[in-house]
Amino acid sequence: MVQKIGSQYKEILNQYMQRQSEQNLYVGQNFSRQLISENTAPEDVISMHKAAMQELYEEMPETVWHSFDFLIEMMINYGLALQERQSLLQRQEELRMEMDLAANVQETLLKTKMPALEGLDIGLLSVPLRKMNGDYIYFISDDNGHAGIAVADVIGKGLPAALCMSMVKFGMDSLNDSLAFPREVLSTINRIVEKSVDDFMFVSMFYGRYEAETSILTYGSAGHEPAVLYRAEAGEFEELTVKGLLLGVSTMATYEEKEVKLEKNDMVIMMTDGVTEGRTAEGFIGREVINELILRKKDESAQVIVQYVYDELVRMQNAELSDDFTLVIYKKV
Amino acid sequence: MSNQSSVEIQTEWDIVAARQLGRNVAKELGFGTVDQARITTAISELARNIYLYAGQGKIEIQRLTENGINGILIIAADSGPGIPDIRKVMEDGFSTSGGLGAGLPGVKRLMDDFKIETTLGEGTDIRATKWLR
Repeated sequence: MVQKIGSQYKEILNQYMQRQSEQNLYVGQNFSRQLISENTAPEDVISMHKAAMQELYEEMPETVWHSFDFLIEMMINYGLALQERQSLLQRQEELRMEMDLAANVQETLLKTKMPALEGLDIGLLSVPLRKMNGDYIYFISDDNGHAGIAVADVIGKGLPAALCMSMVKFGMDSLNDSLAFPREVLSTINRIVEKSVDDFMFVSMFYGRYEAETSILTYGSAGHEPAVLYRAEAGEFEELTVKGLLLGVSTMATYEEKEVKLEKNDMVIMMTDGVTEGRTAEGFIGREVINELILRKKDESAQVIVQYVYDELVRMQNAELSDDFTLVIYKKV
Repeated sequence: MSNQSSVEIQTEWDIVAARQLGRNVAKELGFGTVDQARITTAISELARNIYLYAGQGKIEIQRLTENGINGILIIAADSGPGIPDIRKVMEDGFSTSGGLGAGLPGVKRLMDDFKIETTLGEGTDIRATKWLR
């Protein structure tokens, strides 16, 4: 095998020595591709070159042959670097596959069931920037028209954010109360996050408790991107601001809560900062832009609006998101 | 059959002496130019580790014959501090990223067999073999 490659190399080299044409160089370069695919080390190529030259031009001075030996010595570390690169590439591929698996596990783990509530149309979309999502939507509901929604965002991205989010999910699961008020939910999750997560990991969360019978949404926020209320009759938007510290900062944190009564065609738009902090060449995409997009589709179903806003924002940013993107719309119908 | 000789490593010049010894033996055994360069690079790497991290130690070169095949065995032994985390030093990218050279994974690649034994506070013993094919 080695001899066969050696004689092929000699043949190609000889062609070039006879005539220094571009075509002969091209043949040589193609041959080098074959050598690489067969994991031939650079020092072996030089050794092959020396052997070929010795056969073709045996009368060359000794110094020329010595120079090749020197070059072989020089190339040993290059050969090692090449092998190391190959093994690192393989390792990278293993990691990529592991990440894919983890992303699947996360998807299953964080799956939530959208509630069916009398008089409420819900649209939602959550798209991770990388493989793992640092945003999270959690629903809980009962048969009497009570539903809770949590929209959370870990400060950070990727794997650490995803692991942290699993904990938030288990906190919500153990609470398991569709009647719970935001103040109570946020305090509980805050204690869990504070206790079990590193000091540099924080979570922001919006929590909304909805009652279908009264159409009242009670909401609270732990340092989360404010939700927006759209009043259909006035055709106006207002921010639902409410005080509360990020989860995981202090066990002493307390959370304010407020309520709004939704009228027909009113909408509550909940999101993570991946929605509002989009950027174009001209700067940040402001809230006005998002409101404008929603207005254009206000008569459509909540899911259509959510999808439209996402598609348009992605288009404006040349298909490059800068953060995990999560948008939920409650529309009173 | 085995036949040995060794070089004490105390100064940087001893690294060259160890290389020379290894090259002479490799040449006598009939290794080609490329394999000679690989063997001496491995010796360099091991001797340099002794010089840099253990302060002093020994490189021993042995000729081996097993089932009619000849080979060369490099033994690098020192009574230095030992290696706290072998898995880390055997990991790709650990020594190369710090610009420390081929490192132990490099030695392993250059040779056919590689064994390392290390005890904290007592020292390290590395044995690397290359067979003549």
